Amino acid sequence: MEGYPLLEVKELRTRFSSEKGTITAVDGVTFKVDYGETLGVVGESGCGKSVTAESIMRLLNEKSTRYDGEINFKGVNLLSLPEKKMLDIRGNEISMIFQDAMTSLNPVFTIGDQIAESIIVHQNLGKKEAMEKAVEMLRLTGIPSPEKRVHEYPHEISGGMRQRVMIAMALSCQPSLLIADEPTTALDVTIQAQILEVINDLKEELNMGVIMITHDLGVVAEVCTRVAVMYLGQVIEESDVDALFASPRHPYTRGLLKSIPTITGDRSQKLHTIQGVVPALDNVPKGCRFAPRCPYATDKCMTEFPLLETLENGQKIRCWHHQEIMEREAASDVITAAT
Amino acid sequence: MLLQQQLDGKITEQKDTGTPLLQVRNLKKYFPITSPFGRLKGHVKAVESVNFDLYEKGTLGLVGESGCGKSTTGRSILRLIEPTEGSVNYRGKDLLQLNQREFKGFRKEMQMVFQDPHSSLNPKKRIGELIEEPMEIHKIGTKADRMERAMDLLKRTGIREDQYFRFPHEFSGGQRQRIGIARALAVDPAIIVLDEPVSALDVSIQSQVLNLLEEIQDEFKLAYLFISHDLSVVRHIADEIGVMYLGHMVEKAPTDDLFANPLHPYTKALLSAIPIPDRKQRRERIIIKGDVPSPIDPPSGCVFHTRCPFAMEQCKSIKPEMLQQSDGHQVACHLYN
Repeated sequence: MEGYPLLEVKELRTRFSSEKGTITAVDGVTFKVDYGETLGVVGESGCGKSVTAESIMRLLNEKSTRYDGEINFKGVNLLSLPEKKMLDIRGNEISMIFQDAMTSLNPVFTIGDQIAESIIVHQNLGKKEAMEKAVEMLRLTGIPSPEKRVHEYPHEISGGMRQRVMIAMALSCQPSLLIADEPTTALDVTIQAQILEVINDLKEELNMGVIMITHDLGVVAEVCTRVAVMYLGQVIEESDVDALFASPRHPYTRGLLKSIPTITGDRSQKLHTIQGVVPALDNVPKGCRFAPRCPYATDKCMTEFPLLETLENGQKIRCWHHQEIMEREAASDVITAAT
Repeated sequence: MLLQQQLDGKITEQKDTGTPLLQVRNLKKYFPITSPFGRLKGHVKAVESVNFDLYEKGTLGLVGESGCGKSTTGRSILRLIEPTEGSVNYRGKDLLQLNQREFKGFRKEMQMVFQDPHSSLNPKKRIGELIEEPMEIHKIGTKADRMERAMDLLKRTGIREDQYFRFPHEFSGGQRQRIGIARALAVDPAIIVLDEPVSALDVSIQSQVLNLLEEIQDEFKLAYLFISHDLSVVRHIADEIGVMYLGHMVEKAPTDDLFANPLHPYTKALLSAIPIPDRKQRRERIIIKGDVPSPIDPPSGCVFHTRCPFAMEQCKSIKPEMLQQSDGHQVACHLYN
């Protein structure tokens, strides 16, 4: 399996059949994750970031879901595997942590039992050895006195601790890919800082690939190496994290970055806004999906669908006019600087 | 010109030493914990001696992590929950001394906007009715007047008037929050308590709602108590910020001063923990260890001493007083005594 990239998603399309007809939640998503790399997937509610993650793990109900495209994990297309084979991969080679640790943990089992479970299933260890490993994992995530904690139930510990337990559980089989779906959204900032640090340290230690799904561009700047920005089921911009923050290309990314209040920005200025709201998935615009909200949209944008284009510096972008927009903005910056 | 006036207004507001609209002194709220048979087992000390003032057209931000008592403080001053002790003076009258009947007249002076726009609007009522309801309760105007005002408010908050007869579920989260704001404005209040008003919204929608809040503050001459866990949002909207930890206000300062020169170790840790969406501004993190202690049995002395990197012997036993450091900048910490 050497020689293959860790994960390569190609033209992934995830469709749900519902009362209203077929809904395409993920529409042609392509990206790659390598060992030791953190890919951030950002976007607002309904952009398909979580469905992308669930598709990789094949967690969706396959009676009403149709996948197209490829999800190549170490060279094997996960979408073509039978469910039985997926069981060996889920929780073993690819693990996932979720936003809400309280509902993701089983309230009637102790923390130790829940971590040991996946160790017993995937690694053929006995109960006692699995428990020892569970203690070890908890220690790794920075939980004080883990030998006592393994006997506690999820309700007895705090939110930050629960998220650590989730991480311990996810990493217990030393997966090569970790998918973190909004892992810190429900946590306070000081706890968020702790958890991000734990994920980052363990990534280095285990040389994992990480997919960090989040709506928070601040989190992306802190932990990611590359970023894919999603809008209405599509990746609209993908680039190296430094490039994204230094020169965002897509009008949506630019708008998003400008509309966040920061602790260093100019307070007297009004916040930038992106007009309108994200359209519903059963009613997506015909041309460029962002066109109805885009200040630069032309007739072409309304009717013709832009492809994800790769630029010289490796940045990928889905926009008809990104070149002109860049030039125009650069010119207006010169004018404002001069006045 | 107009912008300049607004800016000047914003800056001079907190310096305006005129009489505050609302003076909160020594506010305390203990929730009793009882056994299943009604025996008192202890108290959750949610809010402990909190003091602050609100000024016309001014915004005080209350920040802190979950369980620090910021929401309880907001609800206590509206008497949505009855505070245990303290005084809330509104234009010279102590609201906590009034009985429910006397207090009803003051309720329309203070309104609230809640975090969750999905559960704070009655799903069975049309949005027009929802906005008229507070006016009905306070017997303001005739039916026709109320309808007209509701229409005006909808338009002002960015909802089309022809959507008057729609139900809350037909709106997105951001629009629902606008409806919540219109409803709070209906009785022409002087003070609005905003409890995490943009936390449930996506960033592109969040900025729209924040801008709306700033506009109507000037227009309706409102004082805001803005409660949020998000320091970047609070920094944008507030003139003055109070930082809370475990029921105590540990630092209070004008916004720019707080960010330029945070004094309390907790404030410093909080500020350094905020992820900045900019790769050029890397900085040293102060990561504080451990979790917030239980408010049922808070630490003795300074409540932060169990997690404080600078804790000294006296912090364990002596509770620090809130002391003035510079103009308007107060901190409760032994390091500055």
